[in-house]
Amino acid sequence: MADGATLAIAGREFRSRLILGTGGFRSLESMAEAIAASRAELATVALWRVDPSARGSIVEVLERTGCTLLPNTAGCFTAHDAILTAQLAREAFETDWIKLEVIGDDRTLLPDASELLDAAEALVGEGFVVLPYSNDDPVLARRLEDAGCAAVMPLGSPIGSGMGIRNPYNLRLIVEQASVPVILDAGVGTASDAALAMEAGCDGVLLASAVSRAADPVGMARAMRHAVEAGRLAFESGRIPRRLYGEASTPTEGVPELT
Amino acid sequence: MRVTLNGEPRELGQDASVVDAVAASGAEPEGRGLAVAVDGEVVPRGEWGAFELRDGQSVEILKAVQGG
Repeated sequence: MADGATLAIAGREFRSRLILGTGGFRSLESMAEAIAASRAELATVALWRVDPSARGSIVEVLERTGCTLLPNTAGCFTAHDAILTAQLAREAFETDWIKLEVIGDDRTLLPDASELLDAAEALVGEGFVVLPYSNDDPVLARRLEDAGCAAVMPLGSPIGSGMGIRNPYNLRLIVEQASVPVILDAGVGTASDAALAMEAGCDGVLLASAVSRAADPVGMARAMRHAVEAGRLAFESGRIPRRLYGEASTPTEGVPELT
Repeated sequence: MRVTLNGEPRELGQDASVVDAVAASGAEPEGRGLAVAVDGEVVPRGEWGAFELRDGQSVEILKAVQGG
């Protein structure tokens, strides 16, 4: 687990523990403003069939923000397609880093655990730095780590659902056993969800829709930055235990007797 | 020759290379964030000019977009 102020993944250090997905922004300009407000240093990018009518270059816009590009395998439903997409991304972006995403169901967008693990093993073998978007399953997280993934990225709830962290218990188990960074990926709806993930001991949070589809993406990007920082600080500072009954904070000695 | 370009049938010149297919797709061959697969195999950028396409091949030309 990374210490203190920086998030370390595969030997690289990031000052921000917030990773921003770029999907869903109304324009590249709005995306760039939100990235600046979020202070994220890592942003995802997808590879899609060329659309001749599309304007602007996301690569150039992201470069101007100073963000490092994290290509993903969005849209892949099989290990075969995800592996080929990762290989194409390596060509397109000259990076070995890949956010591995293998979807198993187009309604819930939940990952296909078996295809994901197959793809992760193959890509690690090809020298990729693999960051797998996975189910919130501690056993799968361990298998992905054993396969050589550089982080594990369990979901809080389905992509774009904004349902927050549905299984905090599983997330706690994943955090407790992991020796690679744990990034909560997907399901964040608002700032408190991101803070809860960090308070649970996650090393970082990856989110897209919560910012890109917010009424004010720049405002929400700032909120997420503060939530991730506050949640991390709270985690490091050690919260008080939960108690069934109240416990006065004033001393019990020296209570005045007034009657 | 006839190839399948991003899922659509397309007519290209007889000696068309991957660079010609990229141009036909509407992408700028010098542009950033582009990648090409022919029949499911990656064609490294340095080989686009020399890679001659054959009739019936399937060419996927992909570009960086917002996502994830």
